[in-house]
Amino acid sequence: MATAHSRAAARLTMAPAVVLLLGWMLIPLSMTLYFSFQRYNLLMPGDEAWIGFLNYEYFLTDPAFFAALWNTLLLVGGVLVITIAGGTALALLLDQPFWGRGVVRLLVIAPFFVMPTVSALVWKNMFMNPVNGLFASLAKGLGLPPVDFLAQIPLASIIVIVAWQWLPFATLILLTALQSLDSERLEAAEMDGAGPLDRFIHIILPHLARAMTVVTLIQTIFLLSVFAEILVTTNGGPGTATTNITFLVYAQSLLQFDVGGGSAGGIVAVILANLVAIFLMRMIGRNLDI
Amino acid sequence: MGEIVLKGVTKSFGAVSVIPPLDLTIANGEFVVFVGPSGCGKSTLLRLIAGLEDVSSGVIEIDGKDATAIPPAHRGLAMVFQSYALYPHMTVRNNIAFPLKMARLDKATIDRKVEAAAGVLNLTPYLDRRPGQLSGGQRQRVAIGRAIVREPAAFLFDEPLSNLDAALRVNMRIEISELHSSLATTMIYVTHDQVEAMTMADKIVVLNAGRIEQVGSPLELYSRPRNRFVAGFIGSPRMNFIDGTAAGEDGAATIGVRPEHLALSTTGGRWCGTVTVSEHLGSDTFVYVQADGVGTLVARAGGEFPVHHGDRVWLTPQPGKLHRFDAEGMAIAGTGQDRAGAAAAVGASNPRGSE
Amino acid sequence: MARAVSTRRKLVVTVVAWTVGLLIFFPILWTALTSFKTEAEAIASPPSFLAFDWTLANYAEVQSRSDYFRHFLNSVIISVGSTLIGLLVAVPAAWSMAFVPGRRTKDVLMWMLSTKMLPPVGVLIPIYLLFRDAGLLDSRIGLVIVLTLINLPIIVWMLFTYFREIPAEILEAARMDGADFKSEILHVLLPMAVPGIASTLLLNVILAWNEAFWTLNLSASQSAPLTAFIAGYSSPEGLFYAKLSAASTMAVAPILILGWFSQKQLVRGLTFGAVK
Repeated sequence: MATAHSRAAARLTMAPAVVLLLGWMLIPLSMTLYFSFQRYNLLMPGDEAWIGFLNYEYFLTDPAFFAALWNTLLLVGGVLVITIAGGTALALLLDQPFWGRGVVRLLVIAPFFVMPTVSALVWKNMFMNPVNGLFASLAKGLGLPPVDFLAQIPLASIIVIVAWQWLPFATLILLTALQSLDSERLEAAEMDGAGPLDRFIHIILPHLARAMTVVTLIQTIFLLSVFAEILVTTNGGPGTATTNITFLVYAQSLLQFDVGGGSAGGIVAVILANLVAIFLMRMIGRNLDI
Repeated sequence: MGEIVLKGVTKSFGAVSVIPPLDLTIANGEFVVFVGPSGCGKSTLLRLIAGLEDVSSGVIEIDGKDATAIPPAHRGLAMVFQSYALYPHMTVRNNIAFPLKMARLDKATIDRKVEAAAGVLNLTPYLDRRPGQLSGGQRQRVAIGRAIVREPAAFLFDEPLSNLDAALRVNMRIEISELHSSLATTMIYVTHDQVEAMTMADKIVVLNAGRIEQVGSPLELYSRPRNRFVAGFIGSPRMNFIDGTAAGEDGAATIGVRPEHLALSTTGGRWCGTVTVSEHLGSDTFVYVQADGVGTLVARAGGEFPVHHGDRVWLTPQPGKLHRFDAEGMAIAGTGQDRAGAAAAVGASNPRGSE
Repeated sequence: MARAVSTRRKLVVTVVAWTVGLLIFFPILWTALTSFKTEAEAIASPPSFLAFDWTLANYAEVQSRSDYFRHFLNSVIISVGSTLIGLLVAVPAAWSMAFVPGRRTKDVLMWMLSTKMLPPVGVLIPIYLLFRDAGLLDSRIGLVIVLTLINLPIIVWMLFTYFREIPAEILEAARMDGADFKSEILHVLLPMAVPGIASTLLLNVILAWNEAFWTLNLSASQSAPLTAFIAGYSSPEGLFYAKLSAASTMAVAPILILGWFSQKQLVRGLTFGAVK
């Protein structure tokens, strides 16, 4: 519903954003695609050559790739489980009336605003350090041997750090969804004889399902690209114990200067992310009525 | 000045045709009401005149100039929207002044015009409030104020009273009519409410599915509807329609008679039936009658007409007030007065004879 | 109708909720407290919670040793700059999507969102090489460009969801009142959308401030924002807890406060309107 005049204006006003994003997507992505078929190492200039799928072959058969794939899955899955379960519990708690709700809400969402490098370093040094960390002090106080978290259970430690950062996000979204639940529906269920657990399973959980899906999809997009937390805590180690796909590609391209191999890894990462993105886009697209 | 001429105007959204070719002339100073059921294309027609939508084909002339391609800002028209569309972040004063600022008038002129408009519309005490702090009627007045300061060639009203409560609607109706009398500017008013159309218009345009069914003065539409649609749309309660043999007696496929033109009798008449409901409104009584072999008819009787559920009554159309329609629903020339009168006479004699 | 809740129950919930809230917040609180300790007190075992000699020496030392303010300035320039440029590009685009939607509008919106899902490593090498050749490595302009582009879809989406709540009739009224395109946007749309634009701005400053993939990979010393500044404390300085805490507190505090202000809009912005 508009005039030709306003439609022309619409095309014109949309153009800058579209052109910028198109450029941002197409130019580097096609370059990555091109590099991925090249022998191209920054340390060996002049040695570039077309080598077909060889980079992919190397990348996909490298044991480090499988380790990284597995680590990525564990990292994403672990954080999702912790944040969604914890977020639901927190949302239910924060939805109750109590004194100081506003303040507690602020406390709970705070970790989301902490930059990844800070939270990784604080956790690594001040909490998980086996000598001076707070957990070590705590263990000592209880007469237990201190644990060197990032050496003994490195991936689990990183999962905890990342989950701490994302718990507020899940909580906030689930809380918002919870508050949109019509209380009459709960009262009706109560009148029908449903106890608290029944109400949670049959009324609250189905109501939260949509928000949980949104949380899962959006977090997955971000969690696939976790980088800074790994860089400043373990640097992907020990060995490849905490190397995810993102970190592997980074190491291959910017530490080993293997542009071809890194590009092949980048394309693999794009494909993996797209698998998730398709679901997310469907979700959001369905709610978008223009 | 404010003559608006539509020549062969059409509008379609994609493959859906909303307005088939349409011609209409609106004379300078006229109060024209577009009326029709929802979805009839009346608002679209108004938006085409405003320039908020492009015509798919055809020409719109304003004061003799082709305005088809002119953007809304430069057509010299002012519009009052259904939601009033006030600027919530501006005071009443700035809302009314906005079109003048856009026209780059100097501040003194703007102030003078705003004060004058506020005076006319009784808004002076509210000039420094924001729309959110006003009542529905006051917001409506601000919207009108914003329109009149521009001194437009014509005012366009898009269902302006539909968000007001019943009492306020009557007041605003009168105010807008008075405004039209004092400004003598062309006004085009869109509504689905035939009462608004009847009470305000110089000329009513009845629209149905994008087509003009009839154009005429309120009384013309009331007394000489061109077809069944107009006959049924204008007037409240709506006209009674009778098909079948009863209509055949008058040489028509359908006959129509308004409730106020049906004479009620407890003794005799053309149609006999049983009262199902009688609504006593004080001034009038509306009697719903299940007439034998004819169907449900509504008749208006005097304020204290003593009938009740289950009573037997007789109904007779007043001479000359019967409308006849052919099988396509078009009015048949002549009111059917002679035949109706004759038939009524026959009908009236029969029951009496059977007593 | 909210039901009356017994005081006893409310008291129990209060205690539980505060405990959980404080536990989640504890790492931040502990960092803030440690930043006021001496290095010796910072690693004391058992640690002291409040009973220590409060000092500001760490802050002074962090500033003098690694020039906090330069990094802070870089963070401000990069996050605010990229957000403002993003808004400049996004406001007209969101206007057209919200008020002149066509058949392709939805596709364009979804496509914009899809660019946000491109994993950064997929384009790391080309961007790195392009920036190297264009001399944009370790420059604030380069980081502003990248962060503008990665946050542009979010900005467009957030503005779009806010604009859509403004009735189109008001913009049409402005058009009838003689407003041209510029006046329609400047005098009518933007003033009405101020709250939405403000929260868009806030959230995107936060996202850009905390962005740590591109800022770490494309900056060295000149353009390094606070994310990189902190990464510099990775080792061995990280073992100086008090100084690490002071640096961390200074990196986080400004944005945490902004974040608390924008928390109401956070959900909507981060879920692209899917949860409100």
